[in-house]
Amino acid sequence: MGSHTTESSFRVIGTRPIRHDGVEKVTGRAKYGADYYVAGMLHGKVLRSPHAHARIKSIDFSRALALPGVKAVVTGKDLPEGENKTVPLGEMTVNPRYLGQNILARDKVLYYGHAVAAVAAISPHIAEQALELIEVDYEVLPPVLSVEQAMAEGAPILHPDLRNEELGDVPTNVAKHVVLTRGDVEAGFREAHFIVEREFRTSMVHQGYIEPHNALAIYNADGKATIYCSTQGPFEVRGMSAAVLGLPVGSIKVVPAEIGGGFGGKTTVYLEPLALLLAMKTGQPVKMVMTRSEVLRATGPTSGSLIRVKMGCTKEGKITAAKIWMAYEAGAFPGSPVGAATMTVLAPYAIPNVQIDGYDVVVNKPKTAAYRAPGATNAAFAAETVIDELAELCGIDPLDIRILNGAREGTPHPAGPPYRRIGFIETCEAIKASEHYRSNLEGPNRGRGVASGFWFNAGMQSAAVVNIHLDGTASVVTGSPDIGGTRAACAMIAAEVLGLNVEDVRPVVTDTDSIGHTDVTGGSRVTFATGMAVFRAAEDALAQLKERAAKLWECKVEEVEFRDGKFYCKTNNATPLSVSELAKRLPRLGGPVTGRATVNARGVGPSFATCCIDVEVDPETGRVQILRCTVAQDAGRAIHPAYVEGQMQGGTAQGIGWALNEEYIYDSDGHLMNSTLLDYRMPTCPDLPMIETIIVEVPNPGHPLGVRGVGEVSIVPPPAAIANAVYRAVGVRMTELPMSPARLWKAIAQKESTRSGLGRAQHG
Amino acid sequence: MRKVAVQTTLNGEPVEFLCEPRQSLLEVLRDVLNLTGTKEGCLTGDCGACSVLFDGRVVCSCLVLGVEAQGAQIQTVEGLAHGNELSVLQRKFLEHAALQCGICTPGFLIAAKALLDHNLNPSESEVRYALAGNLCRCTGYDKIVRAVMDAAKEMREREAYG
Ligand code: FES
Ligand code: FES
Repeated sequence: MGSHTTESSFRVIGTRPIRHDGVEKVTGRAKYGADYYVAGMLHGKVLRSPHAHARIKSIDFSRALALPGVKAVVTGKDLPEGENKTVPLGEMTVNPRYLGQNILARDKVLYYGHAVAAVAAISPHIAEQALELIEVDYEVLPPVLSVEQAMAEGAPILHPDLRNEELGDVPTNVAKHVVLTRGDVEAGFREAHFIVEREFRTSMVHQGYIEPHNALAIYNADGKATIYCSTQGPFEVRGMSAAVLGLPVGSIKVVPAEIGGGFGGKTTVYLEPLALLLAMKTGQPVKMVMTRSEVLRATGPTSGSLIRVKMGCTKEGKITAAKIWMAYEAGAFPGSPVGAATMTVLAPYAIPNVQIDGYDVVVNKPKTAAYRAPGATNAAFAAETVIDELAELCGIDPLDIRILNGAREGTPHPAGPPYRRIGFIETCEAIKASEHYRSNLEGPNRGRGVASGFWFNAGMQSAAVVNIHLDGTASVVTGSPDIGGTRAACAMIAAEVLGLNVEDVRPVVTDTDSIGHTDVTGGSRVTFATGMAVFRAAEDALAQLKERAAKLWECKVEEVEFRDGKFYCKTNNATPLSVSELAKRLPRLGGPVTGRATVNARGVGPSFATCCIDVEVDPETGRVQILRCTVAQDAGRAIHPAYVEGQMQGGTAQGIGWALNEEYIYDSDGHLMNSTLLDYRMPTCPDLPMIETIIVEVPNPGHPLGVRGVGEVSIVPPPAAIANAVYRAVGVRMTELPMSPARLWKAIAQKESTRSGLGRAQHG
Repeated sequence: MRKVAVQTTLNGEPVEFLCEPRQSLLEVLRDVLNLTGTKEGCLTGDCGACSVLFDGRVVCSCLVLGVEAQGAQIQTVEGLAHGNELSVLQRKFLEHAALQCGICTPGFLIAAKALLDHNLNPSESEVRYALAGNLCRCTGYDKIVRAVMDAAKEMREREAYG
């Protein structure tokens, strides 16, 4: 496992301590959302639509309510209608009406699995029985299942009130059209010697966290509520639940349980407001846990897409122009990540002439949720495949074309100001220099592919408190749920600043009443932004400790120095004190020390990753075996390298699943055909090789420790890298995800029968 | 529904519980016996989060009925450590950072134990196939496989020298 490390003088940062929450997690003691039980608790279950698109004519739940043990039934009528406009929520925005309608359908069901009613009963089995007694009268409507269908003239309309600025006062399924331009594309294509134009398709895919959604809501007679749940964003759960139920935000406390994966899919609400609604109705605590089939039918996924790319370059490989058209499925309500897709698709490159059109399109499928670098993977699959083809036409190495056109400090980002210091080229160079890339790949039906990816990373709001205990240990309190080792990173940052052993710093993730507003664990932001708050809170604690030492030594605070874990007085020769020696004396020096800081973090440093994958294709079956895989990613600074590698490996594995097997399969009526983990096929242990990692460290100038954030970008390159590898293995360009055995087998058979290329390469 | 009394051995201790005939072993462990270390990910036998040892064999406890535990030896994640001493596998999972969210970890520990109980010298591919019934979405399996191989190595050395 390589590492391109800058010289470092850190004591704790860059080491690999055992994570603080580890023992609880290997002994089964850690409490995830579903592990909470309280006395008198009821169990909630949801009735879901059997149709992809239908009007709800009536709902009769009298027989369900009459079943012994059933305490309440709620439907969409029990939710306030909510305002139909985007309202800010932290730095996110939500449309309370759409959010409410996704939680419980009102007049129409918009996808197979859309929640229609919810029941609370004394056992989960009775609640399930009750669902069967609810009678819903539907008027079934024709479903819209693809962006082409949705955008076609005369398409069935999902939301009669949906308008888009461009079209004016006409009902439409296109919620938004975003445009990004620079230079003059047509002029750029005239300068090109080679032009490649292709169309790509990707299916909806799910985040696939192993832990289903859960919530336990308690409502007290004084109007105060508590929700326990596994979420990436306790403050978002609080805000969204309040918005959906029309409650004051301050009446809800959210306690984040341990979380069994999220990948973006647990940044919104499904069960939380429902459990609270049922608790309000019954006066008893209500617990709800989804089944896997509910998770797949009604949460997540990320968008399927249709993307057309036209790109041209000179003989030498300099890209002169790119024109991209992309339509993303938003699912049943507006809000696909197409905006991010337009901004990420060409972000690794300096291309003078660009035109990108993106469409956010509603279809009768579940409302999409964020998924690791949302929007970027679909887009990179398209663009990075075309770049590979250009490299081939020019006869240059696919890494060299990336380096030749690569963005560096000062390159204008397509959607914003010029980049500060970034590490894209470094990731390409790291792969180029790797033993993997320099090794020979021999044997029939084998091929090697590379691809790159970009993700913005996020800043946003975080708060942190550092408490110095009397024995000289410390606790670090934050509001960022820990999905992949961020507690350890926060403790390490505090330990570094305070000169403590990392084991002596206890990291705590607390509830929404006990810490300042903290935005979601998402956007790769926790180690960056919450880490920044922890860094400052620790500095604040240190400054206070210096004051106490000055008091003890009766000197000026400026005369107190802190180095190598000890306080010194520069002017008298008092015996130096360690943090723990000073902490012991705090009761007589003014009382406890608590450092605190809040940030609305600026200075986000984007991440780039480049990936190299070797495959072997079985031409008889179309199955692709991954032989070897190496990923290089710029972390800025790796606080805990093992968990940085973990993010890189996990993201890469998800990218591989997306590339080869994962997809939402619908029948023509819009029923999801593969809502189990047997049929929604995620990578298993024997499907993957070891995933080799190269951590590149180009410090982010916007962070006191150089951190960029590492959670997302590694998912972006694998689909294109695999498509490029498959091309080198068997000579077919795959333009549709996933490259499942059936699809690849067909493509190989077609090539055999026509023996003509699929691409349209032309000389300009 | 009438409940049935079931006598079983759980993590080495005799245990008696009452359960409905329709309740799975997973439900019994979690909802009746309060052993929430065994996790639910799918209820269809596809994810392995609910893995336990049943008479020494790995099973998905979501696919076993509680009443089937009558007279059996059941082992769960809660029984892996010896008092305050973690098992070698548990320690190696921590040292190798083989967990991120940790929801799959109990199941992997159980499946890995079942492998090492009868093969202390597994190849990488044997480890991968022994863990094929357990899904992890966070790690890409790399560090899990390394942790299991390293645990096997330490246990081999212990056996040889100690
Ligand atoms: S819960 Fe039993 S296999 Fe998934
Ligand atoms: S660590 Fe999260 S599923 Fe394995």
